[in-house]
Amino acid sequence: MIEIKDLVVSYPGARRNAVDGVSFVSARGKLTALAGPNGSGKSSIVKAVLKRADIQRGSVSIDGRDVRLLSYGEFARKVAVVPQREDSAFPVQVREYVALGRYPHLGLWRAPSREDEAAVVEALAQAGVDDLADRDTDALSGGEWQRVRIARALAQKAPALVLDEPTTFLDVAHEMAIFELLASLARSGLAVLLVSHQLNLVARFADKIVLLAHGKVATSGSPVEVMNAERLESIYGWPVVVTRDPAVGAPALVPLRRPMQL
Amino acid sequence: MRQFRGWYWMALVVVLLLIAMVAVARGAVSVSFSAVIDALHGRGDPTAVAIVRDLRLPRIVLGALVGAGLGASGAALQGALRNPLAEPYLLGVSGGAAVGAVIAYALGATSDALITLAAFGGAIAAVFVALGVARVGGRSARADLRTLLIAGVIVGAFANAAIMVALANTSPNNIRGALWWMMGSAVDANWQRVAWLAVSVLVAGGSLVYWAREIDVLSLGEDTAASLGVHVERAGRRAFLLAALLAAATVSAAGLIGFVGLVVPHIARGMGLRTNRPLIIAAGLIGATLVVAADLAARTVAAPTELPLGAITALLGVPFFLIQLRRIS
Repeated sequence: MIEIKDLVVSYPGARRNAVDGVSFVSARGKLTALAGPNGSGKSSIVKAVLKRADIQRGSVSIDGRDVRLLSYGEFARKVAVVPQREDSAFPVQVREYVALGRYPHLGLWRAPSREDEAAVVEALAQAGVDDLADRDTDALSGGEWQRVRIARALAQKAPALVLDEPTTFLDVAHEMAIFELLASLARSGLAVLLVSHQLNLVARFADKIVLLAHGKVATSGSPVEVMNAERLESIYGWPVVVTRDPAVGAPALVPLRRPMQL
Repeated sequence: MRQFRGWYWMALVVVLLLIAMVAVARGAVSVSFSAVIDALHGRGDPTAVAIVRDLRLPRIVLGALVGAGLGASGAALQGALRNPLAEPYLLGVSGGAAVGAVIAYALGATSDALITLAAFGGAIAAVFVALGVARVGGRSARADLRTLLIAGVIVGAFANAAIMVALANTSPNNIRGALWWMMGSAVDANWQRVAWLAVSVLVAGGSLVYWAREIDVLSLGEDTAASLGVHVERAGRRAFLLAALLAAATVSAAGLIGFVGLVVPHIARGMGLRTNRPLIIAAGLIGATLVVAADLAARTVAAPTELPLGAITALLGVPFFLIQLRRIS
């Protein structure tokens, strides 16, 4: 379980706090989505979870323990993170890449044990990329690469998983496949925290949505509770209507064209 | 991408040993292979024994250690900085070492040990200046690795300017010594230098091999590395310092030998190596082979005139690098 409590994060020289008193819980067995407009503080929260932001106030804790008090190894065994960007300069084989997820479990000589190898095989299968194992990472399509990155995080075997915009640049099929995968991971008992601005997809898959605006929680709850046209309009500063998607009846956001000015 | 096979290791070692054998036998005076074997055991013609044991062997071992150090240093740096163009001399190490040595020359130092020590001190000083510049230049207390690279380049440029100033005021005799050193050469090899370099290469190189898995993780980018439980800044500094130490030791032993640290890791990658532990070891072996071969060429191509080793490695390195570049693109 990931618990964010009254979190305040600020960057030097910024006029306002990037994250300004945010509290929420990402529970085990649930897919929790963190949504909101650009610059609302989503990625700063991920940075704070990663211990790479200056936490001015409040705390991030995982299974009841403050991340700042965890050693680096302990931290990585408790939560796996798929950051938004990753620019590796040199290609590696997919199998070797996924094996890097075992880094926090390695012993003194950093040599993989049989357990490490089994975890890699399992993670490759779970993310549906076992057929890519012998390929190099620079020979993957965008969708394959995202799944391989998720496999790397799964190899970490942490009870909590955080993903920052894992479906950017992906087409509909790959996007859906990733969301299905994340939902099934949550069902299997992981605490999955997903940062996404794909509100419509989030509304169909997430158990809970935390909607941020200007570094604060604007609203949170089930998709039906959060997807309120009036509130979304004021948060995004754009006229919208909320309908039901015809297939499953989940709330769906439709941004409108701005009315012609006469 | 090519697959690295187990027997490549054997091939790397055999090629290094073969080239070393040829290098012992060939030179201003050629010694037959059987005479070389005898001389190694201290038998046969005393002149041959002296040439093999006191002149050529230390020189070859020194060249191999210099190459191994530069190759390993370059491989680790490229991984840690995630930059295929990173090389040991970009850290300001070379400039710093040159300043140290040139100052020692300018002050009239002639003792070999003293100049080696001055060069090493200069290199280490430059690394710490670069670290300091990066920390001031960076936005926070964290010295970003890219800032570190830029700081190294700036410190190196400053060092070069300082060398020019120092050289302007020295006697022509000392200028020749300093210049020869700046072009890189294994000509002054002796067993004392070899021993000092061997210890440095084994300790710093061994440490890099030990931390290689951490460099693998670092090369995934800072956020990903942090998510895998690596203290990004500490790990980056550690790789940087170890690589700098290696480069500093080689520079203080044989002067500036360019392009080895840049090219060799790419050759190792071209053989199919991806992760840093085997990559650093292979880069060490390839670097050793390359420098021993280049030194052989430096001694024999225009004999009896000796060419500067650093110029030979650059001449060999540039086309190698271009071929590699073609293969990548």
